Amino acid sequence: MIWNAFAIAVREISRNLTRAFLTVLGIFIGVAAIITMVTLGQGATLAVKAQISSLGSNLLTLRPGAGFGSRSSSAGVSNFTEKDAEILGEQIAGIAAIAPVRTAGLSTIYRSNARISTITGSTPVYFQINKWNIADGRFFTAADVRAGSAVCVIGNTVRVELFGTENPVGASIRIGCASCEVIGLLATKGQAGMGDQDDTIIMPLSSLQRRLIGKTSEHSINQISISAEEGTESLGLISDITEVMRIRRNLHSNQDNDFNIFDTRQIAETLGSTTQLMTMLLAAVAGVSLLVGGIGIMNIMLVSVTERTREIGIRLAIGATAGEVLLQFLIEAVTLSCIGGLLGILLAFALCYSLAQVIQVPFNFNTQINLISFMFSAAVGVLFGYTPARRAARLNPIDALRHE
Amino acid sequence: MSAAPLITLSGLTKTYGQGDAAFQALKGIDLTIQKGEFVAIMGPSGSGKSTLMNVLGCLDTLTTGSYQYEGIAVEKLSTDQRSLLRRYALGFIFQGFNLLARTSSLENVELPLLYRGMSRKDRREKAVAALNSVGLTTKHNRTPGELSGGQQQRVAIARAIVTEPSTLFADEPTGNLDSVTTGDIMELLKRLNEDRGITVLMVTHDDHVATVAKRKVVIKDGLVESDITAPPP
Repeated sequence: MIWNAFAIAVREISRNLTRAFLTVLGIFIGVAAIITMVTLGQGATLAVKAQISSLGSNLLTLRPGAGFGSRSSSAGVSNFTEKDAEILGEQIAGIAAIAPVRTAGLSTIYRSNARISTITGSTPVYFQINKWNIADGRFFTAADVRAGSAVCVIGNTVRVELFGTENPVGASIRIGCASCEVIGLLATKGQAGMGDQDDTIIMPLSSLQRRLIGKTSEHSINQISISAEEGTESLGLISDITEVMRIRRNLHSNQDNDFNIFDTRQIAETLGSTTQLMTMLLAAVAGVSLLVGGIGIMNIMLVSVTERTREIGIRLAIGATAGEVLLQFLIEAVTLSCIGGLLGILLAFALCYSLAQVIQVPFNFNTQINLISFMFSAAVGVLFGYTPARRAARLNPIDALRHE
Repeated sequence: MSAAPLITLSGLTKTYGQGDAAFQALKGIDLTIQKGEFVAIMGPSGSGKSTLMNVLGCLDTLTTGSYQYEGIAVEKLSTDQRSLLRRYALGFIFQGFNLLARTSSLENVELPLLYRGMSRKDRREKAVAALNSVGLTTKHNRTPGELSGGQQQRVAIARAIVTEPSTLFADEPTGNLDSVTTGDIMELLKRLNEDRGITVLMVTHDDHVATVAKRKVVIKDGLVESDITAPPP
């Protein structure tokens, strides 16, 4: 009986290809839209998370000035001292590593190539805090910092622009007015939300201060990088740091902070939840398109209900049971919905695969969303295809035949 | 005619609607039909003749009374059992043909056999034979839209007889046809009755058409008004 009903159903589908096409189209578009949007949205979320975690997941950065969104100007606010970093490291529990940082924008020259680069002066701990890896050569050491050696490690963007295809390790470059040996090449991190991380030159703090900018006062540190210990609550850490720093900078209780703390974890969470929100929004839009597809199917089914009711009447009159007729309609609806759903998945796969490369997000096949949208489309098709048939099959054959 | 009757109706009523809107189309029909008869059911429009036909053909249900078909109490059958009775014993011809659209003649005729679970090869053979026997030896692959009214009715008759039913119900089979085609179709029904022994029950309001039948039952206002069997020629 099932095989029979299947044969009848397939024959009926082939008999009215326009109706079949329109039914399939509705499901097809809906499924393709929802899968594409959710998959790309999730790819974007993953991309953002990957970029954030390349910054260091529990990294706090202390900077002078009131920070973003503050009305008070950061002009004239004094920098930190190396002592500040030292004291913070000693007094506050939960800090895994701390590094004083001085940055400066200086011209860099190798042979005929020149560019302006951001030079970061710090201690070897800085590499650990910011999760830098070495691709070639070596990091500078504590000994280099003590000696104030004229050495530096460079990021990949700097290598490309200054050295082209040449091996930079061991070469000498001119930074500002001093010459400096490249001892290491950093492993590339790529673009993050905040620009090209590989556009960097890192050298010992003492070397930067003495050889390049000249140490004019104690207040020569314009950034302190801190990595928190695993499992430390960053909000607690931030308030501890704030407390110590307010004392160090002699702020009265009625004065605002003249420094700010940038927390990558918070940023990661915010960006992550924002992209997730976007994904959900896109999914909702796609869901609407699936619903519209469903309504399209319903329309087609309802338009053909008179013809189909008479068809049911004829089938009943020549001896089909209601069950056989319903089975046929169920198989028709399921077949069309499944064809639409599968085509939708195929199109979504192709779209996601190519679009992921265009907008540079990772492509990952999400089984769950494919299953959900497929099931939903099947349910919509069956509901709208089967329900009118159910009503008709319950009629007396003569009423079905006379239906107008 | 001493054998058990094919159809026995007693006190059969059919009421449409309920309460104040109720309308009694059949008000107590008693009728006996023997195997092999050709009966014309006549009457003015609204008399209930079509309703009687639909109830007899198990296309509609009766309200009260009893209906025995070959000793089976039809009023006690379930919906599916009535479907099976139609499948194995009854054939139908309608005024409006009721063929499946966009479906070839051959496939329309094969359809009842499909529900009997017959193999593709057997179906094809029987359907071709049935079409040939109703005089449609070509155009087997034409759809109803490509056929004339007379040809469509021949396809419908082929579909009705392909299962070798014991009774053929024809509701105004020539109502949509011109007089020449009407003569052909009536001749066909007569041959099926005489050569194959198929009992034919035909609703018509056309006296000329009814002359083919050996027995005329006239229905008026939901009751049998007259029941005349023509003397053998």
